[in-house]
Amino acid sequence: MARSLFEKIWEDHEVAPSLMYVDLHLVHEVTSPQAFDGLRLNGRRVRRPDRTVATADHNVPTDGTMAVARIKDELSRIQVEALERNCAEFGIPIYSLGSMHQGIVHVIGPELGLTQPGMTIVCGDSHTATHGAFGALAIGIGTSEVEHVLATQCLVQTKPRSMRIHYDGGLGFGVTPKDLILATIGEIGVDGAVGHVVEYSGAAIESMSMEGRMTVCNMTIEAGGRAGMIAADETTFEYVIGRPGAPTAVPVEWRALRSDPQASFDREVVLDAAGISPMVTWGTTPGMVVPVTGEVPEPSSEQDLRALDYMGLDAGTPIEQIKLDRVFIGSCTNSRIGDLRAAAEIIRGRRVADGVYAMVVPGSNAVKAQAEAEGLDRVFSEAGFDWRGAGCSMCLGMNPDVAAAGERVASTSNRNFEGRQGRGARSHLVSPQMAAAAALAGHFVDVREWDGAQR
Amino acid sequence: MRAIETITGRVSVLRRDDVDTDQIIPKQFLKRIERTGFGRFLFYDWAKEPDWELPANPILVAGRNFGCGSSREHAPWALEDYGFQAIIAPSFGDIFRTNCTKIGLLPVTLARADCDAIARAGEAQIDLASQEVRWPGGTATFEIDPGVKRRLLGGFDDIALTLAQGTEIDAYERDRERPGPATTALP
Repeated sequence: MARSLFEKIWEDHEVAPSLMYVDLHLVHEVTSPQAFDGLRLNGRRVRRPDRTVATADHNVPTDGTMAVARIKDELSRIQVEALERNCAEFGIPIYSLGSMHQGIVHVIGPELGLTQPGMTIVCGDSHTATHGAFGALAIGIGTSEVEHVLATQCLVQTKPRSMRIHYDGGLGFGVTPKDLILATIGEIGVDGAVGHVVEYSGAAIESMSMEGRMTVCNMTIEAGGRAGMIAADETTFEYVIGRPGAPTAVPVEWRALRSDPQASFDREVVLDAAGISPMVTWGTTPGMVVPVTGEVPEPSSEQDLRALDYMGLDAGTPIEQIKLDRVFIGSCTNSRIGDLRAAAEIIRGRRVADGVYAMVVPGSNAVKAQAEAEGLDRVFSEAGFDWRGAGCSMCLGMNPDVAAAGERVASTSNRNFEGRQGRGARSHLVSPQMAAAAALAGHFVDVREWDGAQR
Repeated sequence: MRAIETITGRVSVLRRDDVDTDQIIPKQFLKRIERTGFGRFLFYDWAKEPDWELPANPILVAGRNFGCGSSREHAPWALEDYGFQAIIAPSFGDIFRTNCTKIGLLPVTLARADCDAIARAGEAQIDLASQEVRWPGGTATFEIDPGVKRRLLGGFDDIALTLAQGTEIDAYERDRERPGPATTALP
């Protein structure tokens, strides 16, 4: 019987009905302390420390702080210290501040070759879907489930429904994976994939880099999806093989990690990739999004009215006329070397507009080192960008990187929720290229037509 | 976790759709490493709005896609600590809904019209065993995963239940576990 990629991985990991074995458990400082407390309270051990790895990312200052003891915010320091102590006590490998491998958990997993095709991966973080880009089943979980996985290496999980989003055509010039996923969320809605594991397919996906695929899968949760995934292919193998945790040759089983041609899905959606433009969110959910060539839409609900009020925008305002105070390039969505290269390409030899504070936050220390080896740090610095250390940074403002109330931010992150990047801060989600161009122009511009001149 | 049979009482109403967990409990409170005491930070920013009103009743009636976004279990912790025992909504964010069931905060999915009727009635009774919600002037049944229902009715510890399946897990690891990667073998 024809099976989908999801069904293949699901069946491979079913220990018992509704009990899924976990191949890799990623841990960070925010959603784990209470889980470790639970283990201690009940005298339980970590079943498989060798299938578990931790890093500090959410709380980490991006100013080059290289040791936990130097984190100035007391609560942040206590939380990272707790992670270090818990990992030491339970024998879990950890990449904390000062480690070459430290970085955003969804950046370092793939980077270390720990994320591999065919695996089940969980993490106490909703953006765990990122790892599905490798032909894996990656599910975001809460703290009780983190404790459960630590103790049992299994996740209680009723089999989710399956959904395929197929794209016709390829992405146009200047249109990125970020635009593809933003347009998709705009189309199906922020609850359009609730209860489903989503497989993305079509020429636009097949020709996409691993980094682009990670961006797409990453934001599956913003459409409510349980997980996002993409078939493993040569692009996948080329990325994975030879990395520290990965095999040196492609295991034969990996080549079967794609949906059979006749596989059926509970729901199928077909979208036109060729028709997608660079996208900009205007409101307070990732689904409130329009092409950069468009306007802030007329409100059609109380929710829209509230969003316009929070964002300080009037319906009918052309997106290109929206002026910015800050630009943030970073987050588990768009902070990998390919993202930084793409942004650097736009800004090379140009200057950040007056009145705009722009920052670039590499997703990991390894990305930072690679970018510096390529001279990208100088490209950014010379243009007036602040070149920072690795971490989650301004994606969620749990560290010193926050926007002030009323400040308008072009951000390559994944959530434009009220207060997400700072209380009262106004976030617009865009691709790295669009963020870079907006930093130079001081307002949004259509990166496809933009020649770099101030307007 | 305490066992749930029926939840009865006044309802509080939050008429907003797509309420994300960042609103339920903003980021700055996620730095706490305790599991308790989050109730006073519930809807921290929204609670400052002049027309905000959310009494600590046993039941919360909320909008569509309630609890979307971040996986922070701090959101259900805050709702539970505040006093809610059940949330009735047309739909929920998946991770949030699961997190609720892990701590004995009952998520109940009902059609929007039923949610509205319950909000108007101002009180309700939720009977988990019969999967029924009753309110003055109406009743409705709701779906719940049988495993989750059994666990909530018994107040069972999820981890203890899974550890009791240790033989199956051992067998899986012996016969079917994929080779590597061992995180402990990395430099």
